[in-house]
Amino acid sequence: MFATKAASLLLRRSAASASSSMAAVRGAGSVGSGIAANNLRFLSSSSTNSTATFDLTGSFETYNLETSPNNTIDMTKEELLSHFELMYTMRRMEITCDNEYKARAIRGFCHLYDGQEAVATGINAAFEPEDSWITSYRCHCTALARGGSVASVLGELFGNVDGQTKGKGGSMHFYNKAHNFYGGQGIVGAQVPVGLGLAFANHYNATPGKPMQVAIACYGDGAANQGQIWESANMASLWNLPMIFCIENNHYGMGTSMDRHSSHSDYYKMGNHIPGLRIDGMNVLAVKEGMRFVKEFVGGGNGPMYVEMMTYRYHGHSMSDPGTTYRNREEIALTRSTRDPLEFVKRTLIDAGFADAEQIKEIEKNIRKDVAAQVMKAKASPKPSIEPHLFEYVFTSNGGKEQNEFPPHIRMPDFQKSKYY
Amino acid sequence: MFSAGYRSIARRCHASSTLLQSQAKRTMATTEMTVRDAINSAIDEEMERDEKVFILGEEVAQYQGAYKVTKGLFQKYGSKRVIDTPITEMGFTGMAIGAAYKDLRPIVEFMTWNFSMQAIDQIVNSAAKQYYMSAGDIACPIVFRGPNGNAAGTSAQHSQCFAAWYSSVPGLKVVAPYNSEDARGLTKAAIRDNNPVVILEHELMYGVSFPVSDEVLKSDFVIPIGKAKIEREGTDVTIVTFSKMVGLALEAAEVLSASGTSCEVINLRSIRPIDRDTIINSVKKTGRIVSIETGWPQCGIGSEIAAIMMESDAFNWLDAPMERITGADVPMPYATDLENAALPQVEDVVATVNRLTKRQLVA
Repeated sequence: MFATKAASLLLRRSAASASSSMAAVRGAGSVGSGIAANNLRFLSSSSTNSTATFDLTGSFETYNLETSPNNTIDMTKEELLSHFELMYTMRRMEITCDNEYKARAIRGFCHLYDGQEAVATGINAAFEPEDSWITSYRCHCTALARGGSVASVLGELFGNVDGQTKGKGGSMHFYNKAHNFYGGQGIVGAQVPVGLGLAFANHYNATPGKPMQVAIACYGDGAANQGQIWESANMASLWNLPMIFCIENNHYGMGTSMDRHSSHSDYYKMGNHIPGLRIDGMNVLAVKEGMRFVKEFVGGGNGPMYVEMMTYRYHGHSMSDPGTTYRNREEIALTRSTRDPLEFVKRTLIDAGFADAEQIKEIEKNIRKDVAAQVMKAKASPKPSIEPHLFEYVFTSNGGKEQNEFPPHIRMPDFQKSKYY
Repeated sequence: MFSAGYRSIARRCHASSTLLQSQAKRTMATTEMTVRDAINSAIDEEMERDEKVFILGEEVAQYQGAYKVTKGLFQKYGSKRVIDTPITEMGFTGMAIGAAYKDLRPIVEFMTWNFSMQAIDQIVNSAAKQYYMSAGDIACPIVFRGPNGNAAGTSAQHSQCFAAWYSSVPGLKVVAPYNSEDARGLTKAAIRDNNPVVILEHELMYGVSFPVSDEVLKSDFVIPIGKAKIEREGTDVTIVTFSKMVGLALEAAEVLSASGTSCEVINLRSIRPIDRDTIINSVKKTGRIVSIETGWPQCGIGSEIAAIMMESDAFNWLDAPMERITGADVPMPYATDLENAALPQVEDVVATVNRLTKRQLVA
């Protein structure tokens, strides 16, 4: 029974993917269970050729909503180029992580985001810097979008002192409070109640009558059935908090496919009476427009929303997972060839006349060069010294950035080496 | 390493010097206050002092608290800052932690600490470790509080001490008030602290009144976290304990005093950081030490104090092995006699101290 169900789901996904490649040519077509990705249709450009309009028909499915995102989006050349550049940097950074991990320069855990770049990029494009963001352990690219750099990410993965958390956190723990990025949380699902707290604070600090800053908690389809998420959804709705529950549905909870870990597959409907929106998460334009709509709805005091991003991760769950025991290579290859979020942006750039293939190649070359340079810089950073780095930031004195307070006693493995402050 | 004689002399010298220092300044008590009112007034004053402070938990607002600790706060501060939550500890604890990441200062009331088990991942992984793993970027100024330990006749799932659990976690501060002075000073200190602080209150102490001085009633009265208090000076044996068991220790000390044994009673006040110096210095004076707790023996607070004895120079001053008085190593039973037998009693303390002090040094 299970095998049959799995096979049929897979077929459905593949069918959706196949139809999406046609949609790219013919224009949009709406789909049932999974959104057809890359349904690009360039509509028009302005006389100055600096703004273009793109068709998003079929990129969204709504639940309990009377309004919906627009079916078109206007993009300037600069916007679209910046999205492409960020996404390509993400892709190169993650591929570099893969290589460096295999070269044993990175230790511990390492979860890669390639394939899902359009999600973080689109959210970032729709958000203001004051909106709060928390995500799971698959956080390198969100860190990059929210004030980090390739050097700060790789530096951290190398365990060097100039890494974003000075070699204290590693792959799963990136933060940037100045950019309202709260992790980088390693416990599956635990970031969702915490994310609700960010929304609570935005609500607490809001000016009556004005739109609230929103908070988003991103988590995977594997976490989506956790009890603490339902607890959070209940409070978010009860208190009308400006909270976005964002399920990045990459179809696998670690190595367990959706049909084996979830009794349902419509994650955007999981909030019960809470409205939901399913977005083509391989289409950065759809993510951006969808999240613009969601931010406006949620920030306007209408309560929380569930968002499901239909996406795909190319790599296995982590570096110890080749990603091929529970899915087949054809599925990955088909996704790469028909739904790749970067290929999609490239096509939009070309179709809109914003760049030609040669220019795109040049941009890619420059980004590759820059990533390589930043990786060298990250590698050159020294390792953190035991003193003071092992002992700092157990406590804080005044709660500010890097305001350390030592506990009176830190016991060391050898008691003789214990610290007294 | 040291001869017994040397240890004995050194101990006596140390004792005389600390006795001189220990003329504890005592202000005249002018008012009686229950522990409940002490906590209530502390929260009230801190909420008045700082608009970022808010309290949430089950029944804290309209019902005024399951144990009436939050009485009057909802009427005074309204639903924005005194928030009734659903009975979903993991969710509301995580939410409060997220609010603290953004510089609000939540007080999370657990109806009892037993229910915090549903939220312990959030307390340990999301609150305690956050400042460290973000290398000093995101602090978590939050208070978790509620009644801890044994209640009366509530049996296994509602009668348990979590001091050992939470105090093992770096990044948390853990305090356990005994009387009204402790409750006021430690609650206010916890709310003002910029780190996650666990307050282990005791249900059976909420209604108990203690005299409090004018000093304690001042709005800026705080007790430094990490410092123990010597509740009763003594020379023969040190009794280290916390929370409700301080009362038991004082009672036992009184009984023992009648038979000529002088007990020094240390009220830990803070379990983490634990005040090593006060314990070690006391042992240097008395040469003997007993711990009391209601929690289970294995990996308990007494175990930690025993380790401090073994690992510090206090070992050289001991005239007898340390003894622990703990809760029995069984889940808490319901029937009165069984419950009493599972918890430390005065007679247990008296018997243990007598056993300990009878061991005389061979000169």
